Amino acid sequence: MKDEITREERVDNLKGMGCSRKRVEDARFTQGKGNYVDDVKLDGMLFGDFVRSPYAHARITNIDIAAALEVPGVLAVLTAADLEPLGLHWMPTLAGDKQMVLADGKVLFQGQEVAYVVAEDRYAAADGIEAVVVDYEELPVIVDPFKSLQSDVILREDTVDENGKATDGAHGPRKHPNHIFTWEAGDKAPTEEVIANADVVAEEEMYYHRTHPCPLETCGCVASMDKVNGKLTLWGTFQAPHAIRTIVSLISGIEEHNIRVISPDIGGGFGNKVGAYPGYVCSVVASIVTGKPVKWIEDRMDNLMTTAFARDYWMKGKISATPEGKITGLHCHVTADHGGFDACADPTKFPAGFMNICTGSYDIPTAYLAVDGVYTNKAPGGVSYRCSFRVTEAVYFIERMIEVLAIKLNMDAAELRRINFIKKEQFPYTAALGWEYDSGDYHTAWDKALKAVDYDGLRAEQAQRVADFKAGKTRKLMGIGLSFFTEIVGAGPVKNCDILGLGMFDSCEIRIHPTGSAIARLGTISQGQGHATTFAQILASEIGLPADSITIEEGDTDTAPYGLGTYGSRSTPVAGAATAMAGRKIRAKAQMIAAYLLEVHDNDVEFDVDRFVVKGAPEKFKTMKEIAFAAYNQAIPGIEPGLEAVSYYDPPNMTYPFGAYICVMDIDVDTGVPDIRRFYALDDCGTRINPMIIEGQVHGGLTEALAVALGQEIAYDEMGNCKTGTLMDFFLPTAWEVPNYETDYTVTPSPHHPIGAKGVGESPHVGGVPCFSNAVQDAFRAFGNTHTNMPHDHWRIWKTANELGLHD
Amino acid sequence: MSNKMHIKLNVNGKAEEFLAEPRELLIYTLRERLNITGPHIGCETSHCGACTVTIDGKSVKSCTMFAAQADGKEITTIEGIGGPDDLHPLQEAFKEHHGLQCGYCTPGMITRATKLLEENPTPTEEEIRFGMAGNICRCTGYQNIVKSIQAAASEMNAAKEAAE
Repeated sequence: MKDEITREERVDNLKGMGCSRKRVEDARFTQGKGNYVDDVKLDGMLFGDFVRSPYAHARITNIDIAAALEVPGVLAVLTAADLEPLGLHWMPTLAGDKQMVLADGKVLFQGQEVAYVVAEDRYAAADGIEAVVVDYEELPVIVDPFKSLQSDVILREDTVDENGKATDGAHGPRKHPNHIFTWEAGDKAPTEEVIANADVVAEEEMYYHRTHPCPLETCGCVASMDKVNGKLTLWGTFQAPHAIRTIVSLISGIEEHNIRVISPDIGGGFGNKVGAYPGYVCSVVASIVTGKPVKWIEDRMDNLMTTAFARDYWMKGKISATPEGKITGLHCHVTADHGGFDACADPTKFPAGFMNICTGSYDIPTAYLAVDGVYTNKAPGGVSYRCSFRVTEAVYFIERMIEVLAIKLNMDAAELRRINFIKKEQFPYTAALGWEYDSGDYHTAWDKALKAVDYDGLRAEQAQRVADFKAGKTRKLMGIGLSFFTEIVGAGPVKNCDILGLGMFDSCEIRIHPTGSAIARLGTISQGQGHATTFAQILASEIGLPADSITIEEGDTDTAPYGLGTYGSRSTPVAGAATAMAGRKIRAKAQMIAAYLLEVHDNDVEFDVDRFVVKGAPEKFKTMKEIAFAAYNQAIPGIEPGLEAVSYYDPPNMTYPFGAYICVMDIDVDTGVPDIRRFYALDDCGTRINPMIIEGQVHGGLTEALAVALGQEIAYDEMGNCKTGTLMDFFLPTAWEVPNYETDYTVTPSPHHPIGAKGVGESPHVGGVPCFSNAVQDAFRAFGNTHTNMPHDHWRIWKTANELGLHD
Repeated sequence: MSNKMHIKLNVNGKAEEFLAEPRELLIYTLRERLNITGPHIGCETSHCGACTVTIDGKSVKSCTMFAAQADGKEITTIEGIGGPDDLHPLQEAFKEHHGLQCGYCTPGMITRATKLLEENPTPTEEEIRFGMAGNICRCTGYQNIVKSIQAAASEMNAAKEAAE
């Protein structure tokens, strides 16, 4: 048999790894045929919504629902008293704490869920909410974590014993009733000693403000309890559908096989949709009570005020160095504001996430980190907003500390980074705070980036600009923002990573159909990253069938194998690895079938793109398509019929993507308006599966970074009123504010990942925030600025200029 | 309720007639009453544009308009712009240039872009960015959305020239 097309054409036909395959998701999305949770419609479906607290801290003396029940269309009103007999008035959080589902005698933050009104439609639910009368007795409000640790106002009655003494929390002893945990990494005494005896020490305090992931689609669910067959189906905006199934089973007592969780299309998540929220629990209960399906969808205000804030870290750093700039030690203390309940979404053993990646990309011999978690009267959450657990905070911290040290040393910040980078030959590198970085080549990436932007030229231009400014020739300053980040993603090894006791592996199951097409089901779920496109590419390269012939299905726990979901850039590092490994199992069986068909020994055939060929005789081959058919129609001695495989992948280590970002900005000193002139982003995410999708991820992540650095925040007043509950106040950049980005790459494959991929979705956010922030701060370096806190909105930039005397 | 209003709409070429409370928002009418779920709800305050539709030739955010205000008007949603057999060049271009990720903003984004290109068939990048600023996307960073609209504009202009 003669091959009619070239090997190169056969490779192209697969649309496997490395090509910019167009997305298979887009046909339905561009035609308005996506299926998001609010599109789910069932017969007789009811709508549930919350009565929420207007106060940040108050005792509830009475809830009167009588008038609400008289409202046309209202069927039921649930309060904590209704949930208590079921043991559902509180629920466990992912962080080892517990959280009220509905206010149990008091409220701890503005917007807290007090009662759940079930009605025939949204309008009737809103009328019902208006008619519920709640009597509140206001209590003193604490919105400052430092004051919280000094206060004699005890926020949580369950944190003290009968003598008023603080009890132990989930992560050890409390220092104060409002204290949640202390978490430490590294060596305290040696670090303090190194810093005390160092030639140069730079210190800085910085606040990484509270913000919110704010996906365009808010959180929501539809719960449908079928009392005839005893099965509960729960559709929802879940980034981890299997984990939600297990949680629902554990807290409701419904056996897990009787629960089916479905994540339909998700309209962005960015960490917002990892946690379990009172709306889910109340909807399930309401469906059981009414016998009808119940839908709950947040409005934007509910979303911004109650589910899943991010950041809110008060960080204090010390960094020591030799006079030549070689870093000798790093000390970091964080006071972490967790709000009214500790509902952070972190692996169990990491209450401050992977904050201990805060030594960054640098070879720092000694380091120490301590994080104190604190309760306040703010919304609970603490999710990873487009980052692996607290990695944005860590990278922001070290990339600011480097800049502050450069100022102290009077050194160029690019050079300071270069002389401290972990060298290529040092990988695998064990950092002072414990992580083993799998691979990296930082110098190559940095040099490529600096050259691409003509760094020396930019510095010369900047110096001229400062001179011109001082001479009164311009009112615009120029900032050059640098950032070199190392992420830690792909959580993670089951030996140290779990959520609620569930190991953080992931999975893939593949079925090859007789005619040579396939379906693969994964334990993770796309929230817009294009899994249906990219995972088919991994498989195409692994099993030799065209990506266009492979359906990827996710999000239905009745059909998909168990997995821990999408967050912390874990889909490619973990589920992607499972996909490759399951593909290799398919290939191993295919090899035996091919050998049988070709009448040679198994070891005498080898895989080549889309077929097995007889070694040394490439004209003798069987294509994967032929092999697939043979698996179903031949009685092969010693081989079961069919061609299927499943893989559960427990990663041996995290992956460590890195990158070099440079931002050039002009700042109008009189208006505080920054103009982003150029943004160059070099990413190294290891093996590149789909360059088009990688670039799209980088554009999007950088834009979310721009938002956080330049204006986006969740702010409270002293009374605990959330001041940023709508998109009028909460900054989401439009096309008008966002620049074009230049993307670039190097490729340093992960040595332990089956295809060498590291994950990329979060890198641009993690590396982008310090880059934008450093650009703003760098513009003012020549005038004595060392550090100002984000977000750098126009007013704050103007204020910085003003305080530096630039308006005089 | 007794205060229901008699409302007539033409949605994607189809006549619709119903009784609705004066407070019923147009997005609710489309999504819940008429099962037209392409337009989405993102903010309910006119900021995000996920609910954008065309009403009598103008881009409108249907989350902050009452159904009663649309009485007698012609409405086009993403469903009326193009389907599997007659994709609009913008729908093609968004697919071709990776102009979407999660897809939630996409129906409103494309619906708005059809009007932008009607108003200005040869927009500059700046005009596209300004003209699309009422539609928020959280995933793409807009770069590929701009590219998609530019590509669709070229395609549509070339087709128009060929027809003339």
